[in-house]
Amino acid sequence: MNANERDILLDVKNLHTHFISGHGKTKVTVKAVNGVSFQVKNGETFGLVGESGCGKTTLGRTIIRLYNPSSGEVTFGGRIISGKKDAELQKFLTSNIAMVFQDPIASLNPRMTVQEIIAEGLKIKGIKDEATVRNMVGEALYRVGLLPEHATRYPHEFSGGQRQRIGIARALIVEPTMVIADEPISALDVSIQAQVINVLNDLKRDMGLTILFIAHDLSVVKYFSDTIGVMYKGRMVEMGDADKVYHNPLHPYTKSLISSIPLPNPHGERRRVRVSYDPSAYNIDDERLEMRHVEEGHSILCTPDEYEKYVLMANRG
Amino acid sequence: MSKNNPILQVKDLTVSFNAFAGKVQAVRGVSFDLNKGETLCIVGESGSGKSVTNKAIMGILSKNAVIDRGEILYDGMDLTKLTEEQFCQIRGKRIAMVFQDPLSALNPIMKVGKQITETLCVHQKLSHEQAKKRALELMAAVGIPEPEKRFDQYPFQFSGGMRQRIVIVIALACNPEILICDEPTTALDVTIQSKILDLIKEIKQERNLSVIFITHNMGVVANMADRICVMYAGKIVEFGTCDDIFYHPAHPYTWALLSAMPDSESRERLFSIPGAPPNMLMPPKGDAFAPRNHYALDIDFKEEPPFFKLSDTHYAATWLLHPYAPRVEMPEELKRRIDRMVEEDMEYECK
Repeated sequence: MNANERDILLDVKNLHTHFISGHGKTKVTVKAVNGVSFQVKNGETFGLVGESGCGKTTLGRTIIRLYNPSSGEVTFGGRIISGKKDAELQKFLTSNIAMVFQDPIASLNPRMTVQEIIAEGLKIKGIKDEATVRNMVGEALYRVGLLPEHATRYPHEFSGGQRQRIGIARALIVEPTMVIADEPISALDVSIQAQVINVLNDLKRDMGLTILFIAHDLSVVKYFSDTIGVMYKGRMVEMGDADKVYHNPLHPYTKSLISSIPLPNPHGERRRVRVSYDPSAYNIDDERLEMRHVEEGHSILCTPDEYEKYVLMANRG
Repeated sequence: MSKNNPILQVKDLTVSFNAFAGKVQAVRGVSFDLNKGETLCIVGESGSGKSVTNKAIMGILSKNAVIDRGEILYDGMDLTKLTEEQFCQIRGKRIAMVFQDPLSALNPIMKVGKQITETLCVHQKLSHEQAKKRALELMAAVGIPEPEKRFDQYPFQFSGGMRQRIVIVIALACNPEILICDEPTTALDVTIQSKILDLIKEIKQERNLSVIFITHNMGVVANMADRICVMYAGKIVEFGTCDDIFYHPAHPYTWALLSAMPDSESRERLFSIPGAPPNMLMPPKGDAFAPRNHYALDIDFKEEPPFFKLSDTHYAATWLLHPYAPRVEMPEELKRRIDRMVEEDMEYECK
């Protein structure tokens, strides 16, 4: 990509996260993230999609260092964050990257008030003056569409959508440069999903946040993101501008993913042709596989032989 | 409602739960017909009473539930008045159900083969060999590879999609007439979701099943439904054919549901429904949706709207359709979306 070096906020290079279980003969290595490279520009929303178990959550958690990478390099704002995790790096991470989790019930401590939950990040950051903290919490609540008086309540008093907004307020209070949103809307009802998406959209616009948005619902990702990356079995199979990936998918897996989204259009649904993906026809462990550029802002994981076919397809579309 | 002869009729069903804080009125007078061989989709957000309605049909309401009023007519019987023993003759045999979460619907310490043949042995009095033979046929029919090997495995050895197929096999084992699917794909990935939906459509066609399909995803509804009921706060607010609801929605709640989901072209800010559903301990007076409704009229807060007829198949309960009500158009964004759909249809027909 010919983006300006300075524009790039997060740069992931050939990242691997492997989980090892057992010893000796029973040793099993799960390659959850298996060589993923991508870049996220400042102020951009990067949507990461894929089925469950494809490694998208692991990737997000490796970036924020909840997991340690097996190999590869992650640079954030010019600083390598995949190295040894010491107290200083930890501090750098917590004050620059925040995370919103999937399940708003499980991710909020039921015995803490909203005030305590949201202010926890500030405490770690060293802001302890009570009045300041209260003001900041009130402001954060206001930003996500809640009221400052909600601060004294407990999580169980809120509905699902409100809880998720508390989760977002908690992420925002440290004024991070980037937010990793790990399926923030999957556990919510359709009407409530729209509330949360709108809150995230407003924040993105007002605060210039960079968001790594992880989800399995492609239609929401398409609506929300500037760039989409499609993951399959621990690898990035297709990546590019949201419109290009959505309207002109090249990789057979992306095609099947897009063709299986149910759309609220009854006649359209009836005449729609579903593409199914046959994993046995493509060897995902092929050593010649490499992310290749097929057109401006659109790249795909392929072997050199397939490459020409894809370039033709891209230009035709 | 319809000239076809309905296989199942729900009339003015009212279900409430005795809770610590009082009576929770989960379903407040729901009426619908299910015709032979059709798919009826029930949509609505969580807590709108769609699952409770169907649990009442299946006779699996929890102990503190009370059916206050109404009847469920099936084959000359009123299901609300049956004893448990009589119900056992119907449940699983003539009306079957597919649950939302296939992992919790299956017994984790019982081989799936046993779980499938169980119903066959009980209801159809088959011997174990016969039941196994039938189970293997069914497993092959729903697309489970190597049924012989899979027959002796436990649920944890199956993937989510395969587990849901097992649940469907159990539901189909006794050739039911009615299949109730309670959000069968919510816990699944999109690619697997589309396969399960295709499977349900296929078996429905093959066996001329009548299906009640509960979901909150309008995309899934578009894919499956012949007719649609939209529920809110324990009541049906709009019902009609699939085309009625998607092309001519009339109730503000249906508008909201339709515009809350981005389609492939949406760029605008999504429409979100403000506030939260009402507390069903004390259902509000008048139209329950009024406090969250941009278009609410004064009367909405005072009196409940009756059903207004839009066409022979299409009814909606909103005062906006009253001849004296001010004319209100559906939101711009939704209108544009419907125009896009119509345009697409035209293009397709021209081809």
